[in-house]
Amino acid sequence: MTEASESPKKTPLHSLHLELKGKMVPFAGYDMPVQYPLGILKEHQHTRAKAGLFDVSHMGQVRLTGEDPAAALESLVPGDIKGLARGRMRYTLFLNEQGGILDDLMVTNAGDHLFLVVNAARKDHDVAHMRERLKGKAEVELLDDLALMALQGPEAAAVLGRFIPEAATMKFMSYLPATFNGIPVIITRSGYTGEDGYEISCDKSDAETIARALLAEDEVEAIGLGARDSLRLEAGLCLYGHDIDETTTPVEAGLEWALSKRRREEGGFPGYAIIKDQLANGAPRRRVGLQPEGRQPAREHTDVCDADGHKIGEVTSGGFGPTASAPVAMGYVDCAHAAVGTPVQLMVRGKPLAAKVAAMPFVPQRYYRG
Amino acid sequence: MTIKYTKDHEWVRVEGDVGTVGVSDHAQHQLGDVVFVELPDVGRQLTQGKEAAVVESVKAASDVFAPVSGEVIEANADLENDPSLVNAGAETTGWFFKLRLSNPSELDGLMDEASYKAFVEGQA
Repeated sequence: MTEASESPKKTPLHSLHLELKGKMVPFAGYDMPVQYPLGILKEHQHTRAKAGLFDVSHMGQVRLTGEDPAAALESLVPGDIKGLARGRMRYTLFLNEQGGILDDLMVTNAGDHLFLVVNAARKDHDVAHMRERLKGKAEVELLDDLALMALQGPEAAAVLGRFIPEAATMKFMSYLPATFNGIPVIITRSGYTGEDGYEISCDKSDAETIARALLAEDEVEAIGLGARDSLRLEAGLCLYGHDIDETTTPVEAGLEWALSKRRREEGGFPGYAIIKDQLANGAPRRRVGLQPEGRQPAREHTDVCDADGHKIGEVTSGGFGPTASAPVAMGYVDCAHAAVGTPVQLMVRGKPLAAKVAAMPFVPQRYYRG
Repeated sequence: MTIKYTKDHEWVRVEGDVGTVGVSDHAQHQLGDVVFVELPDVGRQLTQGKEAAVVESVKAASDVFAPVSGEVIEANADLENDPSLVNAGAETTGWFFKLRLSNPSELDGLMDEASYKAFVEGQA
């Protein structure tokens, strides 16, 4: 049986997406809205200007329990998990023995357990990986009964604050169990658009009630996966399976900031020897921003060439940035060509498109810093 | 003057031996927000059913095929500055290029407006 013939899974908000006339597409095994009638461009701009509501229930929510789940998880990821204060969260990576990235994830210290959010397409893999590698050290529970929404944008705090007053003053990358119109929720001040905002986890039976309450607020529009992708690309954030995968290391991907000081010194995570060497001596290639001249976008898998036409890399994400009002892309190039400002050529449909290596993010991140 | 449509959702409006080509209003709805159009150079010989232009929406690039064969005599320069004309007026100001038909009998194999409308409804 091919993947296409299997019936896609539905999130708890599926009937709401249909009611809102979402254009549904298969994504990571789910039937998901790529856009609503507003369209990707306006949905993107609305999120940057006000607040957008995204259904991210396809992502995996996982509970890790045990005697010392932080110590256990540190054997699989390079982040400082033991040092996470209660109620704080961090971005980290599952790594393989070559230092390649198996998935990227958010980890929250929820007090008596760790709360993980992993990618939809990788959640079964991640759960199996943890169960095998953490056997006897931690219990892994995939929380299938939960929904997840993201409320993102400069008005997100004002909107959510009407329902959960404490939300408005939460620190960036923190976590709070709360109630939303009497409904128990877990909120985090986080997201993946480059904007301030929140992710809201709740029982799947409550998801539609919460979504409708948020959508009833003037500032909020439903936003699909299309705009989610253009927002995260402008923000310079990696999409697993595109910008990072099992063949890319955190150093190649420019994710050194996810390698905490203590872990760099102590190691104790898969691929440490390779990553330590790359930290000291550099990696052969590097993820960079790519800014084409003019208006023509360069898409994923476009070859990147030097001025003489020799292939030096490949675009891993590319499209048109509605806020940048210009085409934007990211990809990997040989490290000799990775400096910001380096002129390159992008081979779009056989023709060279002039571009340069650009600083990321393309649009400044606006996380809440208190 | 006559307007004909292809099953790939291009239209061609013929005046004398000159055809003006674009994508249908139905197609622009499917494409979403158009952000770039790659047009054929003037003088290029196009073959019916073969790649003639590329339209890029926020999300993806899509080929546009020549509805009829002929030589390109003009490209719509307005699309360079404002590709959203394709969304605003797919079958009017958002035209792509004009060509001089080399084989007008090819038009016989295309759909008229009523047939195209029925074809689109049948696809839905």
